[in-house]
Parts: sequence; structure tokens; C-alpha cells
Amino acid sequence: MVLLVIAVAVTALTLGLALKGTTDNPYQQTRTATAGPDVVANYVGRDGGPASLDALTQASGVVGHSGPYPIANPVLRADGDAVTVTAEGRDSSATSVDQPEVTSGSWVRPGGIVVERGLADSLGLRAGDPITLSGLSFRVAGVAVTAAMPSYPMSEPGLIWVTRADAQRLGAPAAPVFYVMNLKLADPADAQAFADAHSRTGLSLMTSQFISDQDASLVVNSQQDLLVGSWLLALLAAASVAVLVGGRMAEQTRRVGLLKAVGSTPGLVTAVLLAENLLLALLAAAAGLLAGRLTAPLLTSPGAGLIGTPGPPSLSLSSAALVTAAALAVAMIATAIPAVRAARSSTVRSLTDSARPPRRHGKLIVASAGLPVPLLLGLRLAVRRPRRSLLTVCSIAVTVTTLIAVLTFQRYADNSARAYGSFGAANPQNARNSQVLLVITIALVVLAAISAIFTTWATVQDARRPSALARALGATPEQVTAGLSAAQLLPALLGAVLGIPLGLGLYAAVSSGQSLPVPPAWSLAAVVLASLLVLAGLTAIPARIGARHSVAEVLQADAT
Amino acid sequence: MSAKEGEPAVRVRGLIKQHGKGEGLVRAVDGVDLDVAAGETLAVMGPSGCGKSTLLYLLGGLDRPTRGEVWLSGRRIDQLSERALARMRRDSIGFVFQAFHLMDELTAVENVELPALLAGRSPRAARKAASSLLEQVGLADRSGHLPSELSGGQCQRVAIARALINMPLVVLADEPTGNLDSAATRDVLRLFDTLHSAGQTLIIVTHDPRIAATANRMISMRDGAFVDETRLTGGVQGTLAELTGLGG
Repeated sequence: MVLLVIAVAVTALTLGLALKGTTDNPYQQTRTATAGPDVVANYVGRDGGPASLDALTQASGVVGHSGPYPIANPVLRADGDAVTVTAEGRDSSATSVDQPEVTSGSWVRPGGIVVERGLADSLGLRAGDPITLSGLSFRVAGVAVTAAMPSYPMSEPGLIWVTRADAQRLGAPAAPVFYVMNLKLADPADAQAFADAHSRTGLSLMTSQFISDQDASLVVNSQQDLLVGSWLLALLAAASVAVLVGGRMAEQTRRVGLLKAVGSTPGLVTAVLLAENLLLALLAAAAGLLAGRLTAPLLTSPGAGLIGTPGPPSLSLSSAALVTAAALAVAMIATAIPAVRAARSSTVRSLTDSARPPRRHGKLIVASAGLPVPLLLGLRLAVRRPRRSLLTVCSIAVTVTTLIAVLTFQRYADNSARAYGSFGAANPQNARNSQVLLVITIALVVLAAISAIFTTWATVQDARRPSALARALGATPEQVTAGLSAAQLLPALLGAVLGIPLGLGLYAAVSSGQSLPVPPAWSLAAVVLASLLVLAGLTAIPARIGARHSVAEVLQADAT
Repeated sequence: MSAKEGEPAVRVRGLIKQHGKGEGLVRAVDGVDLDVAAGETLAVMGPSGCGKSTLLYLLGGLDRPTRGEVWLSGRRIDQLSERALARMRRDSIGFVFQAFHLMDELTAVENVELPALLAGRSPRAARKAASSLLEQVGLADRSGHLPSELSGGQCQRVAIARALINMPLVVLADEPTGNLDSAATRDVLRLFDTLHSAGQTLIIVTHDPRIAATANRMISMRDGAFVDETRLTGGVQGTLAELTGLGG
């Protein structure tokens, strides 16, 4: 189980690291296929027109160009959707710089437009579909990709290609046509310097690197989500592993006593226990790295705006080492305290496997007077194991934090979809983020569920004697089950409540700068309540099994 | 709970408890028949491993027999559900164990009142009864202490108080002085003597002849079966209510 928990966390961390740079390869493939420019110049001034761009063709280092092409911003209406687009006027013949690659249908013709693939996907447009542009009727002639403009939604408004004549027709008097030109440089590495040298009021220059970065930002958010999620998973894994290792240590108390009885030093005992769990962590890291590398391509689709497939996830040796170190650190942190404690414990006590007596908590005794028996026992059991209770608080806090952050993102996405709805296009970036967040949430919830079951099981094992005793004194199995569940639910309640501000804080930190779309109070309360109900259900299973241990066996074993 | 008129407090017929299978089969209790009258004190003696404790657990509904019948005040208990057995234990049985078996997490008074709370008594009534019993066993000043803060003898006196709080039909004691020093043993002996005098039905499993000597009857056990029975002196000289001062 230690293996599984660490492997899940390592898989998420690997995914986060492996996503880095996954769009570089598809952008290069698209650039090659479309004879992508090194610099794209947009003239948006009111004087000079295309002549201002023509001067650039004579600039030092320019070895090729296409354009200037007229640009208009009509409203595209299709099947009830309405969205403002950038309509670039093109010739029907091919050019040597930026010739968009038609992926379906055909190139522009009078009355026939070509839609950038990212935009076409969002609007659900295909070759042959009828549309209108500023009230004029057209048909979609084809769908294409380009490396001269970031794909939709990284570039808004979305891009379509029309004939030059149609572009001129579409230029509204209030928004006159402006122009764009694609430039090829002798040395593409000079693109940024060229752009810096020639930018001026009304003339903006965009390098291919900038366009590539914009396209990459489609997955950058996903990568950020995965990285944050993987650290949350690592936290949860550390808490779960601590409980699991604590349980394993408890099972090995007698073995520790035997080791010490035959002459092992505390240092050797600690080393034996550490080595055992670190070996498991190493195996888990290997399994997680493999799983992460295999599943990364599922999340590294470059988006509809680029052609080609991403290269193998960029999992470098240093990333693998980082992931492995994280796994070992989780195991080390979780193992160190119980291992040292076990090594330092009395040999006689270890051999008899007797539990340490609880500490006195005077205020707790007074405060819990009059509680129903299951709550009283649950509270005392929870207080007796403060470290485990703290881990339960952490586990639930991490899970609820994630759920609240996801809920907040969902609210943001809904708001965003409503805003996009007015233009009629879906936002694939949000869709991708939702997909990644879903994966993280499922992984966290599964891990939290496993953690809850094993934490309860560890409590059940520890509480065998008090449970058996309570039953001997007349507690029904249901009362004992309720007491054991209460021992988990009381700290979990604290963790769940803490998860609300932490989740909102996490979203605010990750979304840096965006306004915080706080979900309604009822939905926050529902997350807390649902988490506790699920936890109650999960803990009831091991608690119920524990409540059915033979009373006679437990009490007789304890008497020997 | 009081015994039914004319019924023995405890009746056992053909009781067998087996562990293991095949070659490893062990009969911990092997065909025991037993009647214990209300108010009687029965001592069960025998070497370690002869099945005394197993018998006690079977009588108290903590374990289920392989075969045979266990009746408590005219009610057969060996076929009851877990929940019904739990209710029967809280209402009719008081346990005193060699290892005390107090809840480490609860104070002395909380340990004593636990069976009363489980039986549905109000917290205030349970606390009042528990405090009174602790006073009876001489531990009024230790009621707020955790078991880890008490001596072995004090723990056992708390356990005896706990066994009495629901005024049980029968108190089952398993080696009640097995873990105690001489002074603590004397205290516990006195308490059992007082209980015996008060008419409390007691079944005591013990190695200690001084404890056995307080009984009306002593049964010797070997290899899971009764091998000898001796009737001793003894008799009812009061009521449990009088002993505990809690009223009938």
C-alpha cells in the first residue's frame, strides 16, 4: 500500500514535469509545413497603409515576405453563434512565406472562407457549412493551420482567411481595413532584435518565438495545475504513508524488541526500519515515473491549432532524480519519527507489545463530560493519537482544499463560458484545464479515500482492546463502530473546515491576479458535508470489521 | 436485573468449546454441566490452560460455544445476536478481569459509569452512581485519575465498582487477584467477601485458595472438564442494594 500511495503521487509529479515544452515540437512541425514567418508585422495606423509595411521588405536581414494582406474584423454568424473574427484577405495562389496548411476542404475562393482549426473546432465549423460575415453570406471552403498567428483561443479574435476582395468588402467604415505582412529573415535568431529595431507607433511586430510561446501557454496552465496538484498529492501521500508506516511499525513492535534483545543498537534498528521503507519508496518512484511517462501523452495534445504530434515527454534525468528524491523524502519524513521512537522504546515494552499510556488532558476530560458514549470514546481515541489525528486533519484539508479550488475554477470557467457564450465560441483552454483538474481531483480523492480507510484501520488495530472492552461492558457493535468512526470524523471536520479558506487561497495564488469567483456558500458547505459523509461511509467499513473482532480473543491476548 | 423465582441464575448444559481442526483440535471446554443459584458464590479452580477463563467467557456471552446451552436466569443466551448479547452483558453481567481491562483513555469515574451510560442511564445519574461506588471501594479521592495513574490494586477496585454499577445478575471474575500484591489482594478479598455477604451471585475463576475459600462451592477443572466439586460454607446476609447504597 505504501508502494501504491507513493506511486500515485510520483505519477502526478512526473506528469507535471513531463508537460514542459510539449508544444515546441508541434509548433516547429506546423512552421515547417506552412513556411512560417520569422516575424509578423501588423500595421494598425491610420496613415500610410500598406506602404508602411512595404518599407520593411527592404530592411536589412529580410530575405523573403508575403503580403501585405488586408485585415478586417467582421462578425461571423453560424448556426446561432456570433463571434468577432480576424478576416485576412489572401490570394488564391500559394505564397513562399506563411502558406496556411489546409487540413480539410480547400483554400479560399470568392465567397468561400477558410477557418483556423482552433476556431473551427470551437465553433463546430466544417467545410461546406454556410455562415455570414457582417451579414454577407459565405461558405466554409476549408479548415487550415498556420504558424503566423497563435491558434484560437490564445489569439483572439479567431482567424479566418478570405479573398483580398472579400476582406476589403468586409472592412466596416468604423473599423477600416488594416494590414499584415509575413517576413522571413536570413537568420531566424535575429527575429527579436529585428522586431525591437522596427517597432513603432502603429506598427507591431510579432516573432515566431512569441507565437510559439502563446501556443504553448495552452498547456502551460495545465502544467501549472498538474504541478500544484502533484505537490498536493505528495502532501497527501506523505500523510498517508506516515499513517501506513506507523501501522507497520506498530505491527513490528515485537520484532523491534527481539532485535534489541539480541543486541541491536537503536541506530541499527532505525536503519533497518528506514531501509525497508526507503526501498519501498524507491520501487514506488520507479513505478510512478513509468506510469507518468506513459500517461503524459494523454495530456500533451498540442491543441487543434497545430499539426503534428508532441515529441516524447521531456522527462530529463534531473526531473527523474527530482521525482525520486521527492518520493524518498516522503518515505523518509514518514518513517523517521516512528522508526526513531521504536528504536528508543524500552526493549521489555517492545517485547510485550504494550501500548504507551495516554497523557492526561484535564480540560478535555471536563469538556467531554456528558457526551454520548461513541463520541466520548472517539474523542479520547483521537486525542490519544495526536499525530494520526493531525495527519487526518492534513489529509482531509488537502482534499477539501483541492475540491474547493476546483469548484472555484469551475465557477470561473462557467463565468468565462457565459462571457464566451456571447461570442458563441467555446474556450478549449478551460476545457483542457477542466480535464487536468478532473484527473488531479480523482487522484486526490482516491488517495484520500485509501488514506481514510487505512487510517481507520490503524485506529481499529490500536483500539482493539478498548473496543473489545466496550463490547464486553455492553456496547453494541454499532456503538463501537460509531466510536471508531468518530475518532476519524472529529479531526476530519476540522480539516474540512480549514479546506475552505485554503482552497480559495490556493486558487487565488495559482490564478495570480484574476478576480476570485467565490462559489456560493451552500456549495462550499456541500463540499464539506459530502466529504464528511463519504469519509463516514469509508471509515464505517474497517470500523465495522474491527467491531466484530472476537472479544474473548482480544481480552485473553491482552491478559497474557 | 434480578433472577427469576425458582430459576438458577446460571445454567449450563453440555457445554463444549473447540479450537482448531484435525490434529490441532483442542477442547478448551469439554461437556460442562453447571447450575449456579442466585446469591451463590462459585469458585472455579484448576491449572493454567484448563479452560477456566474460556468457561467464564462463554458464561458471559463474550464467546460462543461450539455446542451446548447457556441459560441466564431462565433465558438462553448462546444463540442471541451480537446486539442482544451486548444488551444482556450490560444489563446482567459484571466482569472483573485479571488484567483489570480499564479503558486507558477514561478516568476512574468514567470507567465506572461507562456501563451505566451504555445502558441508557442519564449522565448525571450514571456519574452519581459511579461516584458512590468509588466511595464504597475507597477510591473517592482517585475518581479523576487515569488508570495509568493508579496502582494495580486501585485499578482492580475500580474494575469491581464498574462491574457492580448496573446491579448485575451475576459477577464473573477471572483471576481477580492474579496481578496484585498482598496488600491489594487483601483489599479485593474484602470486597468479594462483602459482595458475597450482600447476596451477589459470583463466579470466580482463581488460582488463589483464599479467594476460593469465600465461596459456597468450589469446582476443580482439568482439561476442559469438571473433575471435583466441594461445597463450602457461606450464605446470603444482605442485598447488593444495601452494599452499594444505591437502592433496589
